[in-house]
Amino acid sequence: MKKSLGILGIFLAVCVVASVFGQNFLTGYNLMNLTQRTSLFAIISLGAGLVIITGGIDLSIGSVVCLAGITTPWLLVEHGWSPWVVIPVVLIGSALIGLFHGVLITRLRLQPFLVTLCGLLLYRGVARWMTSDQSQGFQGEFAGVRSIALAKFPIPGLDTYQLPATVIPLIVLSVAIAVFLHRTVWGRWLLATGRNESAARYSGVPTAWLITMAYVACSLLAGVGGMLFIFDIGSAQPSDFGNFYELYAIAAAVLGGCSLRGGEASVFGIVIGAATLQVLRTAIILLGLSSQLEFAVIGAVLLIGVTTDELIRRYSVRRSERKIA
Amino acid sequence: MTHPHQELLRCRNLGRRYAGVPALADIELSVRAGEVLAIVGENGAGKSTLLKILSGVIPPSNGSMQIADADGVLRSVQLQSVRDATRAGIALVHQELNLAENLDIAGSIFLGREPARLGFLDLHAMRANASKWLARVGLNLDPTTPCDALAIAQRQLVEVAKALSCEARILILDEPTSSLSAREADRLLEIMADLRNQGKAVIFVSHHLDEVLRIADRVMVLRDGQCTGILERGTYDRDSIERLMVGRSIETNQPRPVRQDAAVRLRVTELVGAHHRKQPISFAVRAGEIVGLAGLVGAGRTEVLEAIAAITPHHGHVELDGAPLSGNTAARVRRGVAIVPEDRARNGIFAAGHVSMNMSLAWIDRNSRARTVNTAAERAIVSQMMDRMQLRPAEPSRLVHTLSGGNQQKSVIGRWMAIGPALLLLDEPTRGVDVSARAEIHAEIRRLADSGSSVLFASSELEEVLMLADRVIVMHDGGIAGELTAHEATEVAIMHLATGGEPAPARPRGTAHEHGSEYGTSS
Repeated sequence: MKKSLGILGIFLAVCVVASVFGQNFLTGYNLMNLTQRTSLFAIISLGAGLVIITGGIDLSIGSVVCLAGITTPWLLVEHGWSPWVVIPVVLIGSALIGLFHGVLITRLRLQPFLVTLCGLLLYRGVARWMTSDQSQGFQGEFAGVRSIALAKFPIPGLDTYQLPATVIPLIVLSVAIAVFLHRTVWGRWLLATGRNESAARYSGVPTAWLITMAYVACSLLAGVGGMLFIFDIGSAQPSDFGNFYELYAIAAAVLGGCSLRGGEASVFGIVIGAATLQVLRTAIILLGLSSQLEFAVIGAVLLIGVTTDELIRRYSVRRSERKIA
Repeated sequence: MTHPHQELLRCRNLGRRYAGVPALADIELSVRAGEVLAIVGENGAGKSTLLKILSGVIPPSNGSMQIADADGVLRSVQLQSVRDATRAGIALVHQELNLAENLDIAGSIFLGREPARLGFLDLHAMRANASKWLARVGLNLDPTTPCDALAIAQRQLVEVAKALSCEARILILDEPTSSLSAREADRLLEIMADLRNQGKAVIFVSHHLDEVLRIADRVMVLRDGQCTGILERGTYDRDSIERLMVGRSIETNQPRPVRQDAAVRLRVTELVGAHHRKQPISFAVRAGEIVGLAGLVGAGRTEVLEAIAAITPHHGHVELDGAPLSGNTAARVRRGVAIVPEDRARNGIFAAGHVSMNMSLAWIDRNSRARTVNTAAERAIVSQMMDRMQLRPAEPSRLVHTLSGGNQQKSVIGRWMAIGPALLLLDEPTRGVDVSARAEIHAEIRRLADSGSSVLFASSELEEVLMLADRVIVMHDGGIAGELTAHEATEVAIMHLATGGEPAPARPRGTAHEHGSEYGTSS
């Protein structure tokens, strides 16, 4: 929890600035939207976090979001499959993508950056080719399935704010991953593998299997995210749906305290990191800044966050060294 | 202007300390043109330190060096860098070959000294020159051959050619034959003899006493950083060198009851590991037995241990308690194999992790219910193990990298103590560990063996082997050179086998006989 204090501070600061200077920030409608977007982005960020723990990276998240998201209405509407079939098929497919990455990385010892960079190109290409680059949507149908992402729960006492249903999968997944990381043997092993893969192997930890599973989980969560995104927005273009989402996911994980060197992570931090990025995006619009500045602002905040983190780390290392000496 | 047998190098009172600890002291040395000087000694005797000082890699802490100038007059020098040494006529041929692999032979010979015309490489001159130097070392190769296409022996010779091309008068070779086959080694020794006849001074370090006996004009023996003797050709044989290398008397261990009747726990048959010489190895370890793998650096001890734990792939058959041991490291650890690696920082500890995390990793899966960590039991076992290993300070939440080397090593060994491994493999169990921690670690290893575990350890330190092992397997050149019981094992006996001597108890004397024995037979 101590690790997440920094990002919590940044998050609150951004919220305060946004609510003081942006008139519509504290409206129920805006906060509802923010919650929805945060949930969706946090889900894919958790996946990115699991891979980053191993010291790896997954650049294909956005393309997997796209492929999973586009395939869902494509199978439902164009091919008339039942939702009961489509959902498992899409999720299993996403997991298999992760398995593919994991096997290439652990068995052939290819670099994660390369493998997932190729994935980034591959899956978007497949999605565009499969749908002949045509926009895919539900055409007003499948309201039942879409309510997974669209349902809102009224909260007694609040008129304009309703809690989006997507917080349920987020909470379930966050708790599950936090328990996994800190209470199970596999979580301990995964963190140890990220800290020192070689030493973990010498200690009898099945490192290759764990790393593979991290990539499976990451792509599976990207698939879950992609499905929820498409249920939420209704229709999307294969050419731009999910573009740069891997960067939002990696940025959220890094802001949330994951070290790209591996071995460090905080589930709570990742969720707050994802929320911070979404508040920033909203704030840019509400503050009347040019929306073209969005990436610049996010880049700057990320840089400040990471730099501060590094400076704090060095300071504490120096202090602990002084204590020993 | 140099005459044959003229003095080229004179060292006075040369010494070097690392962090106050002397690694080399009081070295008096004189090297003449047209001689081959061999430097021999145990691991850690100071051979590398001496070579590094002579070749300018590190400066001496005290003492002086004089090198003959072009007129043959000795002048004091202070070598601050390899460049200084090269300019003074001293060239080092490295043990690790460091040719730039993406260059061709000519390019790597003249790396940093490329002949140029108007700023453009004069490739023609470079290649013609390179051919000349290649011929001097008997290499008949096209100078445009890329270095990564060369065999190791050829690379070594290119390194020698490179040294000659610097107009070096003194050539220094650090274990030049350690990665060569018998025939290649022969060839290199011939070339070294040729260079001597051309009036160069050749200094080389070797672990192979046969080579030394064959070509050295003089032998300098180092032990514990001191020179224990410089022997002239004709006044030494294998025995006299071995005695000077070992010299000191050592307490051997308190004998443990020998268990000839105990069941065989580990049986290794025709094991071929990642070692480049690929000699098949067979041996067995009984329950409750402590077996030491002795041998010089590069003899293949680490490869044997890592093959048994499947850290590196291997051929051949490994059996634990009568059943084949197969699968990856994780599978073998589940069978009760434990390994403590040589390189603690890289393969042993999780530096940024707590002591408790470091110590529990190997057994949290055995201590879990439905794969959920039982934190209370974990804490209890960790503190019990810290107690048992006498790990100080006794703070489980302390970060491991803030501990001393000895306590870090205790955390790595203690990791395995809780599971009572059937077979404990240790690679350099007490490297970088202070004396008292070493004694405590040895006591724990003995206690583990007393309870029926088998222990197989590799150590470069003869003292440790003699103190800890019930039986010693001596390795040489990737194979087993011989086996000694605790009674038979002495420093001299181990060194004899480790340097390629014959395992027969009646040792052959005289040099003529020993030349051929080294490479012809593989044990």
